[in-house]
Amino acid sequence: MKYIVLLKQTPDTAELPKITPEQALAGNEGVTKVMNPWDEYAVEEGIRLKERYGGETVAMSMGPEEVNEALKSALAMGCDRAVRLWDEAFEGSDVWGTALVLAKGIEKDGGADIVLTGKMSVDGNAGAVAHGVACKLGVSLLTQVAKIVEVTEETITVERLLDEGRETVVAPLPAVVSVVKEINEPRYPTFIRIRKASRAKIPVLSAADLGLSPEEVGASAAKVKWVNLEKPAPKKRQVVIIEGETPEEKAAKLLDYLMNVEKVI
Amino acid sequence: MSVLVWIDQFRGRVQPASWETLGLARTLAEDGRVVAVVIGEGVENVAQDAIAYGADAVLLYDDPLYRDFRFETYNAALKDATTSENPVLVLFPATTRGRDLSASFACTMDLGLAPDAQAVQVEEGRVVVKRPVYSGNMIATVVVETTPAVVSLRPRTAPMPEKDASRSGEVVKKGAVIDGSQVKTQVVGFEEKEAGEVSLTDARIIVSGGRGVKGPEGFEPLRELARVLGAAIGASRAAVDAGWISYDHQVGQTGKTVRPDVYIACGISGAIQHQAGMRESKIIVAINKDPEAPIFQIADYGIVDDLFKIVPALTKEARKRLGAS
Repeated sequence: MKYIVLLKQTPDTAELPKITPEQALAGNEGVTKVMNPWDEYAVEEGIRLKERYGGETVAMSMGPEEVNEALKSALAMGCDRAVRLWDEAFEGSDVWGTALVLAKGIEKDGGADIVLTGKMSVDGNAGAVAHGVACKLGVSLLTQVAKIVEVTEETITVERLLDEGRETVVAPLPAVVSVVKEINEPRYPTFIRIRKASRAKIPVLSAADLGLSPEEVGASAAKVKWVNLEKPAPKKRQVVIIEGETPEEKAAKLLDYLMNVEKVI
Repeated sequence: MSVLVWIDQFRGRVQPASWETLGLARTLAEDGRVVAVVIGEGVENVAQDAIAYGADAVLLYDDPLYRDFRFETYNAALKDATTSENPVLVLFPATTRGRDLSASFACTMDLGLAPDAQAVQVEEGRVVVKRPVYSGNMIATVVVETTPAVVSLRPRTAPMPEKDASRSGEVVKKGAVIDGSQVKTQVVGFEEKEAGEVSLTDARIIVSGGRGVKGPEGFEPLRELARVLGAAIGASRAAVDAGWISYDHQVGQTGKTVRPDVYIACGISGAIQHQAGMRESKIIVAINKDPEAPIFQIADYGIVDDLFKIVPALTKEARKRLGAS
């Protein structure tokens, strides 16, 4: 079995509020970057699958050289190798352009039985890369996956988390699986693995390597264009601290506000 | 100009955000046609409701093939609907299923996708969308360059339209549009969530707990208050990571984004990651022992006290006033 984990490097979540629209549009956020937190669950599951069924787990990402750091984190967690996909032509790709590059990267690497990815990125928030990659590869798509129940030579059985409950689904391999946080608890890499990963040489594949022509990817191929980015207008809130002698008095006052002033209950 | 709206239903129960989306479509279409797409098994009543909520017509894909949500079958039905209606816009409620299906459908049809929109406009035939990015820390304006555009609408951003059972419209029965034997994905089991739970994304009121609830049993008083108020239960990442409550209750950057009328944060300090998921709430109430907790900076009302004293008092008082059980 072969597993490929698709991951993205994103700003550290604690730093997201500091980024300005100008920095974001310039593609230089000027903050600490880490592996997209949602993707950590995908990396962990990719490693667990290897531990359960044997085989190889490969980390893959599209992005410039700085992305090597996130790929090295995946290696430190236990992935066998990493592949980076980058070319200036990829710059400005929308989600379908990104999905096309990743799909070509997977094919170039010899394909995979299971492709794993996180639910969404903390910066773009589209949550559509898994859908795009499955579509471009023409393989099964399983989303909201909270448990991989079983993998056989030909099929994968998973539990999906719905708003209404949990659903068990069987689909043929190969499959693209996007995972939710419930699926596992990502491991911390050991010191030895971090040291080893820091020395890893990560190969880079260009548009030409992937057989992609520049007009298929990047800003010119994008079907959705970002025309503006702004900070949300902060809601003006001035907290009213509710005082009172007893909890009962405070509770009654709060309900007065909510029912009679705000009329929201 | 016509607008297509996919109605999210599960076993005949419609996610309310579908009707909000239909209401927005009605506004955007002006004099044009609003066509609802209903896919499922035994869902003719959903089609009738779609008319009552504002659809001019419904394309009804009703067949055992559609009993379970599967990308292959639902995409095929949507493709059929899009081909026959030629819409400017295909709208989905940005529910879990709506976001999944809109993404898969858009890619299958090679169309531009704008997920989780909080505002949608049609300007000279082009669809322009405002959507939160950077986990709610920025708002992007995006132009979709394809026709149709595929957009999902964030729940509780458009008003719920009035239901008018006297409205009339055509229901076009379409049935199965692909050969079932071609569909390889099979749903083999389903375990329903605890009955009576209110969904977080649709909730008008949310009672949410954090580290301050101290343990799984600490959520009990919150649940009691939620029952009286008809509220959903939320949680901070700290409470979920501690294993006190399941992940589907998590509000915040790595959980759900909510915008209820009232968000009651109990024992939640209000880390920036939590704020990203709830600060769009209309009214925020903070109950916390620590007067320095950041949650008070974004709250409208605050009580600096022990939640285990305040929450039961609130429950008692609310029960008295609302006459709830």
